[in-house]
Amino acid sequence: MAHLSLRNVGKTYAGGNQPAVCGINIEIADGEFIVLVGPSGCGKSTLLRMVAGLETTTDGEIRIGERVVNTLDPAERDIAMVFQNYALYPHMTVRDNMAYGLKNRGASKATITERVNEASRMLELGPYLDRKPRALSGGQRQRVAMGRAIVRQPAAFLFDEPLSNLDAKLRVSMRMEIRKLQKRLGTTSLYVTHDQLEAMTLADRLVVLNQGKIEQIGAPLEIYRKPASTFVASFIGAPAMSLLDAFIENGAITLEGHVLAQIGNMAGPVTLGLRAEDLRIAKEGLPMMVEHVEELGAQRIVHGTIGAQTLAVIDTGEAAVQGAVRVAIDPDRLHLFDTTTGQRIESKRQTARELAL
Amino acid sequence: MMQRIKPFDHLILIIGALFLIAPVVMAFMSSTHSAIDIHSNGLYFTPGSDAVGTYGKVLTHRGGFTGDVTGMRMLMNSMIMGLGFAVGKIVLSMMAAYALVYFRFRFATLLFWMIFTTLLLPLEVRIMPSYQVMSTLGLLNSYTGLIVPLLASATGTFFFRQFFRSIPDEMLEAARIDGAGPYKFFIDILVPLSRTMMAAIFIIMFIYGWNQYLWPLLMTTDESFYTLMRGIKSILQVWIGSQIPDYNEAFALAVLAMIPPVAVVVIFQRMFIKGLTESDK
Ligand SMILES: Nc1ncnc2c1ncn2[C@@H]1O[C@H](COP(=O)(O)OP(=O)(O)OP(=O)(O)O)[C@@H](O)[C@H]1O
Ligand SMILES: [Mg+2]
Repeated sequence: MAHLSLRNVGKTYAGGNQPAVCGINIEIADGEFIVLVGPSGCGKSTLLRMVAGLETTTDGEIRIGERVVNTLDPAERDIAMVFQNYALYPHMTVRDNMAYGLKNRGASKATITERVNEASRMLELGPYLDRKPRALSGGQRQRVAMGRAIVRQPAAFLFDEPLSNLDAKLRVSMRMEIRKLQKRLGTTSLYVTHDQLEAMTLADRLVVLNQGKIEQIGAPLEIYRKPASTFVASFIGAPAMSLLDAFIENGAITLEGHVLAQIGNMAGPVTLGLRAEDLRIAKEGLPMMVEHVEELGAQRIVHGTIGAQTLAVIDTGEAAVQGAVRVAIDPDRLHLFDTTTGQRIESKRQTARELAL
Repeated sequence: MMQRIKPFDHLILIIGALFLIAPVVMAFMSSTHSAIDIHSNGLYFTPGSDAVGTYGKVLTHRGGFTGDVTGMRMLMNSMIMGLGFAVGKIVLSMMAAYALVYFRFRFATLLFWMIFTTLLLPLEVRIMPSYQVMSTLGLLNSYTGLIVPLLASATGTFFFRQFFRSIPDEMLEAARIDGAGPYKFFIDILVPLSRTMMAAIFIIMFIYGWNQYLWPLLMTTDESFYTLMRGIKSILQVWIGSQIPDYNEAFALAVLAMIPPVAVVVIFQRMFIKGLTESDK
């Protein structure tokens, strides 16, 4: 158990002309569950593998506990990793798979037996201890991989998309299991995923990566409520936040010629972010042409256009939605972003009444 | 699902099997007759009465110029060649492939292709220089001289290299995190995973070693290093004057020479097939 700190960490692959990740600063407290999230190719795995010691660190400093581990072998870093394809040793039984790391470290027979038994009890692997991995289902293999990490009692767990090979239902239950287990063991964890839902539900804090750089660090809700950039805004939350071109003039924000709210920000073009769940179909409001509707059961997502711009609205009503409808907006829930940098602009609201047009 | 048995297909299979098995049966049956019978009546497909005598003689009779090579001795020499080749080649080519796949060093690819191109040079092409080297080292007439120069195996290295490359990188990474160094990874992970490959290469290389003829002929003058292959040949070479070659003994030796390779194939094939159905991920 230890805190983890990444200071100005970067990596340029040999032969690569630009860094795969750069300028990463994260302080991870003891026992914290951190999720690295971002689109494919943004450098999540690279960063995780640098912490594991499977890739060299070309810039900055990585500390686990008080030790700088930049040049240490993976085995000396006191970490355990869970891989996407499990990477179990196919010729060893479940028991031997879990025991192998301890054996190599010269743990006594009694310790090994005790730890393996404890882990298998926690993960309900008891009946499978003498089977080979090939005789297990995907979910069971994943649990063995977890067991292999747990028995070592490392300072930190590293997970690289451990659930992506499982079916949707199993993924949800394993997600909860991982979270419970981590809480119980209190081991600092770094978890990589590209699934924003997984990220939201697991994390104490989220780290959103984009093209090798950190876009935002924060608690899931904080990131959801106050995305720091258009990138984060469109990446976190489903359906994705609608981003529209709007104008601020004469102290009001207007979209396609309709005034939405009084606002004190600087005049000029601005990117307006609207979450589908902050909008609703009402008697009065912005005119929208419905294009298609996604039925989800409990609710439906209505996709449509305002002028030439697309918008998604969540609707829980029963009546069929089609043609021209009106969309009500809560002016307190507007997100504003700079049109060129994509950075968040804090809106300076003047009135707080819902505006009808 | 039961497949309907088609008589015609079976007929073809039976004919094929007979065609392949006939020479073996003939060799065995003929070996149970006396040399004179064979010489006058040709080959036999029926059992004769000399089996015990012939096989006993072949195995224990002291022959050759010096009069102390027995069939047992030749059998043992062939066995040493076969096993030495198979084991030596597996060990050497696995280690070479391990170095090529898992260690980053300069010119690794170049080295690999250099090893690979030696496949194009059969033993016969380099037999004189090899002989010269062994002779200079004073290794003529020794098992070391017989086996070691032929151990480097491009085929084996190639197969093991391809196999190691098919093992996911995460296996190595997991092992590294589990604290397995290069030596442990090789012994604990790669060797057990390669069992199927090893069985296949063992079959090929054992037979290759067992069947060596030219190389032992050149390397050894001492009759105590005679292999079965040379024994068979020398029995048939005694055609001087009115003497009849001991056909029956040659056949008996040939039959004996067949048994160990067949046994190796049968035993290792079982392992091989088991490995094929077992290996997964
Ligand atoms: N061995 C390598 N050599 C050179 N470049 C690499 C290497 N591995 C990864 N990269 C590059 O580094 C960048 C980040 O890769 P990384 O694997 O970390 O992405 P990721 O965020 O894990 O993506 P995914 O979600 O698809 O797994 C990519 O642009 C990739 O092309
Ligand atoms: Mg990845």
